[in-house]
Amino acid sequence: MKIELRDPNVIMKLSRLGSFHQSKLSFLRSFLKEFKDWDYKRDLFNLNQSGFGEAVYSFKKENRVYSLVCFANEIKDEERSDRVIATKWDAAFTLHDGVPSKNDIQRLKNEVPKQEVGRLSFKELTLSRANKSIRVFNHVVENLSEGKQPDLDLLSKVGYLYRTTAVYGSGKFGLADRFRIKNRKEINGPFRLEMMLVYLVRQFTFDQVNHIAYYKNPKNAVKLDEKICKNLGIGNSTGLGMAPFIVNHPTLLNNWILSREIALKKIREIKNVKDTDYKLFIECIKRSITNITSWNSDSEYQKIKIKSLLSDVQKFLYYIENEFYSKTEYAFNKIYLWLEDQTCEECIEYIVSIMMEPYSTITDPLVRNMSSDEDKYFNIPTNRTVKELRTIIENKYPNILDINFEDKENYQNFWFISKNKEEPRMADRFKEHGSELEQPLAIARDIKKLYEKLLISKNSLSIAKFLFDNSELRHVVRRAFVVEKFPYSEIQDNTIGKKIVPIDMLRLKLSFFGALKFDPRSDKWLRICMFQGAPLPNELKNYDEQWVYKTNI
Amino acid sequence: MRSLSEIETTAKRASRAIGFSWGVSEEIAKSIRLLELFGLPGIKNINQYFEDKKVKKFENLNLITEKNLLSSDAFCPVTLGVSFLDQVRSLEKLKKIQFANVAYPIIFLSFLSRASEVIGKKIFITIDDNKILLNFNVSISSNFINEKFPKFGKNIEIEFIENQDNFTDYEWKNLYNLSENTFVEESDSLKQGAAGAGLTDND
Repeated sequence: MKIELRDPNVIMKLSRLGSFHQSKLSFLRSFLKEFKDWDYKRDLFNLNQSGFGEAVYSFKKENRVYSLVCFANEIKDEERSDRVIATKWDAAFTLHDGVPSKNDIQRLKNEVPKQEVGRLSFKELTLSRANKSIRVFNHVVENLSEGKQPDLDLLSKVGYLYRTTAVYGSGKFGLADRFRIKNRKEINGPFRLEMMLVYLVRQFTFDQVNHIAYYKNPKNAVKLDEKICKNLGIGNSTGLGMAPFIVNHPTLLNNWILSREIALKKIREIKNVKDTDYKLFIECIKRSITNITSWNSDSEYQKIKIKSLLSDVQKFLYYIENEFYSKTEYAFNKIYLWLEDQTCEECIEYIVSIMMEPYSTITDPLVRNMSSDEDKYFNIPTNRTVKELRTIIENKYPNILDINFEDKENYQNFWFISKNKEEPRMADRFKEHGSELEQPLAIARDIKKLYEKLLISKNSLSIAKFLFDNSELRHVVRRAFVVEKFPYSEIQDNTIGKKIVPIDMLRLKLSFFGALKFDPRSDKWLRICMFQGAPLPNELKNYDEQWVYKTNI
Repeated sequence: MRSLSEIETTAKRASRAIGFSWGVSEEIAKSIRLLELFGLPGIKNINQYFEDKKVKKFENLNLITEKNLLSSDAFCPVTLGVSFLDQVRSLEKLKKIQFANVAYPIIFLSFLSRASEVIGKKIFITIDDNKILLNFNVSISSNFINEKFPKFGKNIEIEFIENQDNFTDYEWKNLYNLSENTFVEESDSLKQGAAGAGLTDND
C-alpha cells in the first residue's frame, strides 16, 4: 500500500507545527547516538569554594577533540535575568574546537562572560550562558551539604538546576562559520554542536552543585544521587529570537519536516508490524504519561493543551487495548487514521513521534538528510515565466491566497529587529512606532502581493523582466521557487495577523531540538527542558534509546 | 575577525537601510560575502559605494544589451549586477558585452562570478587594462588582484568562454600514455575470469 505524504497545507499550519513533540529525529537524541562512543573527560575543574572559576569538559575520538570551556561567575540576584538584555549570567560557556591552550582559556575568560559584546574566534564553535534556578540550586546545595538528597517534588516541578538563555553558533560574534566544519561526519546533522554544549553544561551543573555542597560542609556533604542527576535536564528560556530562523531557512525547515513526514509514511506502509515493535510502541506511550503529568505550566493556553493531550492519550490507550487488533495489516496506518479522526492535533503529533521509536532503520538514514546546503537554492530561475510562477503560487499557497490583507486584523503585527540587542521582536503596527523598518517575515502578505502583480502581468514574461519593475517582491519570488521543490519549506499561515501565537513557531523548532515540557510564559517566550532522563556522560557507551520515556521525577 | 555569517547579515541590513529592496539586499549580501571569502575588499567597496550613493546619482540599467553606453551618470554596480545575474542565460548568446563607466566594478564582479556558476561557463572580464577570469564561482584569477580596484571602470568588456580544454591534444595524449603504465595487460585467463562475467551473453 502506498501512503501519500501529509499535505503541507495541513501540516505547515502554525497550530499543527505548535503541536510537534520530540522524536528519534530530534537533534539531542541524534547527537547522543553519534557521540556515544566518544571519550568523555573532565579536563579542568578549577572552582573556588563558592563554585566560581573555570572548568573544561571534552569529547574526544581519534584526532578530534571538542572542549566545553565553562566560566562560573558571581552575580547579584538583581542582575540575574533570562532576557536577552541581561549583561551578566551565573555561568557562560563556549565549545572550543580542539584542546584549548592556557592562552585560549585566558582569552576566552575575557570574552565569553560578555556574550554578545565579546568576540570569539574561528576556533570556537558555539557560545551560551545560563542562570541558576535559584530555588532549586540553593535547595540542592543545602540538602547535599547536610548529607541528604533533595526533595524530589521540588525537583520535579522545575526539572533542572540551570537554564540557558541563548545558544549561539554558525558565525555569530566571530564564532566559526558553518562552512569550516560542515564536512565533518560527526556533525552531519543540524545543531549537533549546540546540543553538545547543552549536554556538557548539564554535567557541569551537577559537578558544581556537588562541589559547593562539599565545601559548605566537607564532613557531612554527600553527592547528588546519579539517578536524580539523570532525571534532571537543562532548562532553556527562549524568546522570539528563534522565530525568524524557521522563516529565514526554508530548505532547512523543509528537510526537518520532510524527514518526519517520510518516517511517518514509511511506518504507515508497514504491512505486518512485528510484535516486538508494536509492544515497544505501546510501552513508550504508557511510560510517556509521566512526561505529561509532570508537565507543569501556569499558561492557560498550555494547560488546555496538556489537559486535552492527556485525555486523548488515555482515550487512545483505551482504544488500543479494547477495540484495536494489533495483528491487523497496516496497523500503524489504521492507528494514524483513527488519531486524525478522534484526537486533537497535540495528541496526533505526540503519537506520531512515538511511532518512530521501534524504527531506527527508518529514522537513522533520515537524520543524515536534515541539514541543507542552502546556497544551492538561492539563485532565482529568472528564465522561467510569469505563468509558471503564478501556477506555483496557486498550487503551493492556496490558503494564503484566501487571506484578506485589506482587513487590518490580518496585518496588525510587524516583525522588527531591536536596536538594543539586535534581536527579532514583534509589535502592533497600529500602536507602536517602527513598522516602516519591518523585517521581511510577512511572507503570506508578500506572497499575496506577488500573486496580485502576477495576475496583471503577461503570461509569457520572463521572471527576469518581471523583476525590472517589481524589485520589492524579489524576496518572495525566490521563496516561491524554493517551495516548488521543497513542499514543507513554508509556514502556511499568516505570521503578522492579530491571532498569531508566536510561541507556535518556537515550539516547532524546539521540538526538533528534542525539548520537553514547553512552558509558555506569555505568547512570546517560553521555558523548556532538555536532556531530562538522558544518560550521563559516563553511561553513554551503553544506554537505553528510549530514555526519554523513562524519567522518574 | 568577522565571520562570513556576520558579514552577510550586516551587508543585507545595510543594503536595505540604504534603500534597496529586501530581495536585492539578499543578493548584495551574498555577493559581498563571496568577495570577502575570495579575499577581495567587498566590505570596503560596498561601504564606499553606499557613501557615494548618498550624494551622487547612479544610473540603473535593467535591460542589458551588447553595448551599454551610459547616458549621464555611471552605472550602479548593484542594479547592473542583479540584472546581469537575472539575464545571464540570454546574455550568454552574445559573444561580447560592453559597458561604459561602471561604478565600483569589484561589486559588479561578484555578481558576474555567480553568473559564471549559473551558466556553467567561465567569464573573462576586462576592466580598462586589467584582466580577470571568473571560474564558475569557485575562484577568481587576475593580473591585478593585489592592486587597488578602481572606483570606476571606464571600459568594461565581458566575454563568455566556451567550455573547452586549455591544453593541446598532444599534451593530453602524453599524460594519458603515462597513466596507462598503471594498467595490467590482460592474459586469456584474466579475460575469462577477472570481470566476473563470461565473454558472451547468448542466452
